[in-house]
Amino acid sequence: MTELPRLPVSGGCSDTPILKQRGQREVFCGLTGIIWLHRKMQDAFFLVVGSRTCAHLLQSAAGVMIFAEPRFGTAILEETDLAGLADAQDELDKVVDELLARRPDIRQLFLVGSCPSEVIKLDLSKAAERMTQRHAPSVRVLNFSGSGIETTFTQGEDACLASMVPVLPKDDQRQLLLVGALPDVVEEQAIGLLEAMGIGPIKVLPAPRATDDLGVGDGTVYALIQPFLGDTHDALTRRGARHLPAPFPFGEEGTTQWLAAIATEFGVSPELFEQVTAAPRARARKAVAQAAEVLRGKSVFFFPDSQLEIPLARFLTRECGMEAIEVGAPFIHKGIIGPDLDMLAEGPTISEGQDVDLQLDRALAARPALTVCGLGLANPLEAQGLSTKWAIELVFTPVHFYEQAGDLAGLFSRPIRRAEMLKLEAAE
Amino acid sequence: MKLTVWTYEGPPHVGAMRVATGMTGLHYVLHAPQGDTYADLLFTMIERRNHRPPVTYTTFQARDLGADTANLFKTAAQDAYDRFKPEAIIVGASCTAELIQDDPGGMAETMGLPVPVIALELPSYQRKENFGADETFYQIVKTLAKPMERTKQITANLIGPTALGFRHRDDIQEITALLSDMGISVNVVAPMTSSPTDITRLGAAHFNVLMYPETAETAARWMEKELGQRFTKVVPIGVGATRDFVAEVAAITGVAPYLDDSRLRLPWYSKSVDSTYLTGKRVFVFGDGSHVVAAARVAQDEMGFEVVGMGCYNREMARPVRAKARELGIEATITDDYLEVERVIEALQPEMILGTQMERHIGKRLGIPCAVISAPVHVQDFPARYSPQMGIEGANVLFDTWVHPLVMGLEEHLLHMFRDDFEFHDAAGASHHGGHAPSASVKGAPVPGPADSPRDLSKTENLDGSVIWLDAAERELKKIPFFVRGKARRNTENYAAERGVAQISVDTLYEAKAHYAR
Repeated sequence: MTELPRLPVSGGCSDTPILKQRGQREVFCGLTGIIWLHRKMQDAFFLVVGSRTCAHLLQSAAGVMIFAEPRFGTAILEETDLAGLADAQDELDKVVDELLARRPDIRQLFLVGSCPSEVIKLDLSKAAERMTQRHAPSVRVLNFSGSGIETTFTQGEDACLASMVPVLPKDDQRQLLLVGALPDVVEEQAIGLLEAMGIGPIKVLPAPRATDDLGVGDGTVYALIQPFLGDTHDALTRRGARHLPAPFPFGEEGTTQWLAAIATEFGVSPELFEQVTAAPRARARKAVAQAAEVLRGKSVFFFPDSQLEIPLARFLTRECGMEAIEVGAPFIHKGIIGPDLDMLAEGPTISEGQDVDLQLDRALAARPALTVCGLGLANPLEAQGLSTKWAIELVFTPVHFYEQAGDLAGLFSRPIRRAEMLKLEAAE
Repeated sequence: MKLTVWTYEGPPHVGAMRVATGMTGLHYVLHAPQGDTYADLLFTMIERRNHRPPVTYTTFQARDLGADTANLFKTAAQDAYDRFKPEAIIVGASCTAELIQDDPGGMAETMGLPVPVIALELPSYQRKENFGADETFYQIVKTLAKPMERTKQITANLIGPTALGFRHRDDIQEITALLSDMGISVNVVAPMTSSPTDITRLGAAHFNVLMYPETAETAARWMEKELGQRFTKVVPIGVGATRDFVAEVAAITGVAPYLDDSRLRLPWYSKSVDSTYLTGKRVFVFGDGSHVVAAARVAQDEMGFEVVGMGCYNREMARPVRAKARELGIEATITDDYLEVERVIEALQPEMILGTQMERHIGKRLGIPCAVISAPVHVQDFPARYSPQMGIEGANVLFDTWVHPLVMGLEEHLLHMFRDDFEFHDAAGASHHGGHAPSASVKGAPVPGPADSPRDLSKTENLDGSVIWLDAAERELKKIPFFVRGKARRNTENYAAERGVAQISVDTLYEAKAHYAR
């Protein structure tokens, strides 16, 4: 490597006290993750055991009415299930039998817990065990919770991936595991760069299909691609795998450091690293620089949403020249997000969780040039004259690694450019 | 337990939110876990509202369940009152909070808040969104409205419009103008546009216009009984229904019937020769009961379509929908199962669907044009322009929006004439379908969307395999314009199957054509 990390002189935000307030949290629940997970895992079906609200959330949250019969659905609890008139486990068996009969292509079935199923203590792990035996070997049944009382938005993906780790076969060979669901094109770019450095074998969790020969064991080292995978991190550690801590691969700098952590582990020479990364790094810098013209010197305020907030604040402040006012995250897992916190210059308020009314008061007082927030808040803030970026797009859009660094910056610069472009008043 | 893929209606507390968000000066304190706040985006994104819905969620988490969710509710309710200073508060529970039985209504009453507190009991595991809206509005009216002296001039309340309603915004304007032409002014429009203080003045009106039975019928019946106000039964969607509505209002009020139809274009547009091609177009109508009953009448009587199937997703409206279906000599489909609706449409093979956003997706998959007539709504259902469904302008809007998705008469002939033109080939689709038209498969049948559905594997078992197309017949089939070819193929196959014909020749094709000719 030719450049040392440009660490902030002040020592970063690692020791900044975290503002924790308790009040209304304006966030999605973990079920939302199903919307992208079911596209990634092509032989999996996600069966939410919950209420009409769960079904309504899934179809409203991302406007996903694209597929006539998607690979997710809701087993809606009815009065008879709750009153104990019907045995919920028997009922669930019936629904699953019906479902698997309709969908012979399904190899993995996830029973997904919801708020109501958690509250009535419906034991989905027992159900999953029973069904795995019943439908073996053609279908593997797992369970995880996406409930709002236990998970926030992207934690649903974490819970899903964590549920898969214990059943992975033992495999002690030396291998690199990339963890996190990414669009295929981005995943292939990352693997391409690493393979060009001679690193391998490389596996990915989640694999696109259940039959893929993914194992885990003492020889496995893993890199997280998303910052919200705390439980998956713990589950992999328990299986003997070792984490490679690094900043997350957003922007040129984040991507370089993320790759460097892996390259160091695999003994890649600085020359080879330079040779593989020089061209895409240059492209990423150039692309970011174009979008950053609009962002430089402007302020940004993050409402908590996906746990991507701290790495993104690091990218926006260091590579795009923005100034962070507040960086709110639903959870801050310092063991995972530490390297990004170190690189984020002191100054912004770092907050965890929220009281949305108080946080809105702070945002409106600060009047940031750009506010990153959920869909429920964006238009109301626009109406008050603030430019906003809806956070959910950051989870749905390819934004990782070099070739997407410019797109990532563009997601933030577009609302500001648009606000500057629109001339809706009389010409005078 | 019931397996559900898509739902037509949300849970009942979303119905309560539609009432609260339409109103001003009312606040909803909802005992609900985090995540239920997703419902805010229905209003801020789909309806593009420029304010947050007036809802405070307690957003309890797992760790609160063992501790004190009740206290959490009280704190949230007090904070909401202090911050928003509403004129009245409604309180209730979402599906999860219903299970932990904290009794938000009881707790709120003991808090001594200085404004009316209205407790909602919305059974989440039995009822749905429309019930939630209807019940919430009823409870608000029952609590706040009192008998009072009538206004000196004749006035009406317009009841039923809510936030996130299908064209409610514009229907209010249209009906207000229509009544104004009769010399009747509007006392209160509720729930949308009204405040709790306005609700207390409902009793001053001489009668109620029940715009949407789905969301206000219970309140209308209560006001008839307690406030002595009659209410209108006709939903004024379409020319005939609008005239009936005027007659009904005249009968209730004693005012002379009057309808300014100088802007009404539907009847002439329907008579003009360009509309001949609409004759007998086979349509399937599905949505909420009120819109479906009205649309079926317009389709049959005012557009000259043939209604081949109809139904609604809200069981509460099953009776009038069944009655209308009987009148048309067809069977009504009453279901909230999206897959069942899709099966019915596949079997009926209509030339057009008048449905909801859900049927629009079915139509896309099956290559059938669709116009949207009812909630559930999509961001496209909130156009920037004035676009009511009711009254005179509503009738004009119906004509335009229903004709738009169809391939026009002359265009149909041109497509046929130039079918071998390289720019006019089948896969190009009709110009106005843009990139969304389904491409024709090699066999010629419309491709049913991405192969995401297992039904692709089984649905042809009744026919394919038993009937064979001879080469000449297959070539002849390709000469038929692509947008009717799928239907021609199926009709011919049905015709052959019914007669035990194993091989389809050119003759079979034309015998079937003659058989199905109208």
